[in-house]
Amino acid sequence: MLNFLSQIPISSIALIAGLILILIGLWGMLTQRHIIRIIVGFSLMDTGIHLVMVALGYVKDGTAPIINDAVPLEQAASMIVDPVPSALVLTAIVIGLAVTGIMLSFAVRIHAAKKTLIIDELTDSKG
Amino acid sequence: MIKRVFVFMMLALMAAMFFKLVANYQERDELSKLGTYYAEQAPAELGAANLVTSVIVTYRGLDTLGEVTVLFLAAAGVGLLLKPDNNANNGTVKPIHRPASEIVTTATELLLPMVILLGVYVFINGHLSPGGGFQGGAIIASGTMFLMLALPETHISRVMISFIESLSGFSYVIVGTLGVVLAGGFLDNRILPLGDYGTLFSAGAIPLIYVFVGLKVGFELSAILDRFRKQD
Repeated sequence: MLNFLSQIPISSIALIAGLILILIGLWGMLTQRHIIRIIVGFSLMDTGIHLVMVALGYVKDGTAPIINDAVPLEQAASMIVDPVPSALVLTAIVIGLAVTGIMLSFAVRIHAAKKTLIIDELTDSKG
Repeated sequence: MIKRVFVFMMLALMAAMFFKLVANYQERDELSKLGTYYAEQAPAELGAANLVTSVIVTYRGLDTLGEVTVLFLAAAGVGLLLKPDNNANNGTVKPIHRPASEIVTTATELLLPMVILLGVYVFINGHLSPGGGFQGGAIIASGTMFLMLALPETHISRVMISFIESLSGFSYVIVGTLGVVLAGGFLDNRILPLGDYGTLFSAGAIPLIYVFVGLKVGFELSAILDRFRKQD
């Protein structure tokens, strides 16, 4: 049973998990009526995208792209994973945090004005 | 009902799109050309042991400056949106803070200095070990969160926060501009000697830039947390 699991490459697991997270996040954003839940859906989708990006940068049997005693400079290119997707994901995490912060502060404002966070009850604000 | 069908269709289309990606996915056996270039050239060129740091701070340094700008705009946006209303509830409804339990208070007193120290360690060693300015800043902000949980009435000086934040952001741009004058281009880290490879004082201006980024991110996130806390 566990033998069968170890046959699956680790990056495929991360890739599939990331894609499932994206789908769950999208589902949450499309179906939920509560603003905080929509934001949670957004965050899930965000995390899924990060996982997919990191998985695509993985190189078989690779290690962290840090040159030290364990990863000598001469063999570095054959031992490490791709540093570029990692750097991109770091940027993406920070941007995701910024967007989440803005969304949450909008939620606070909406709650202060309407005393509810269910979007069905906010329709009168259109007028 | 019709909406549910649409949602289901959209998810199914997304899943079909992803299926293609998963089905054709094969684990890579070797680095991409760009990754190989960074692995072979970056340590000699920039002197940083952590390749991700080399990419973030120097090769794609302009992106990082943009990222810091986005974070700054987000902090400013949160500050603007959560600015206390002057006309609404003028002192009639005071938020009631339940005092924190003794466990939380004692743990905070014990751990807060260590959390801050860890944050500083993480951003100063960003060129040698996993971590860097953003991670260190986030750890410092978690220290602030700790403080707010244990002592909900703590007053955090907005003036001090914005002063340190602006100062470090300004210094970051100055260091970047010095790269144009003294070295190969904007945000070039070779304005300082590269030093002994693998030691704390190496990799030129990378530790310096990460100290500024770390301080800026740490205080910015603390300001955001403070904004969410204060509704009076």
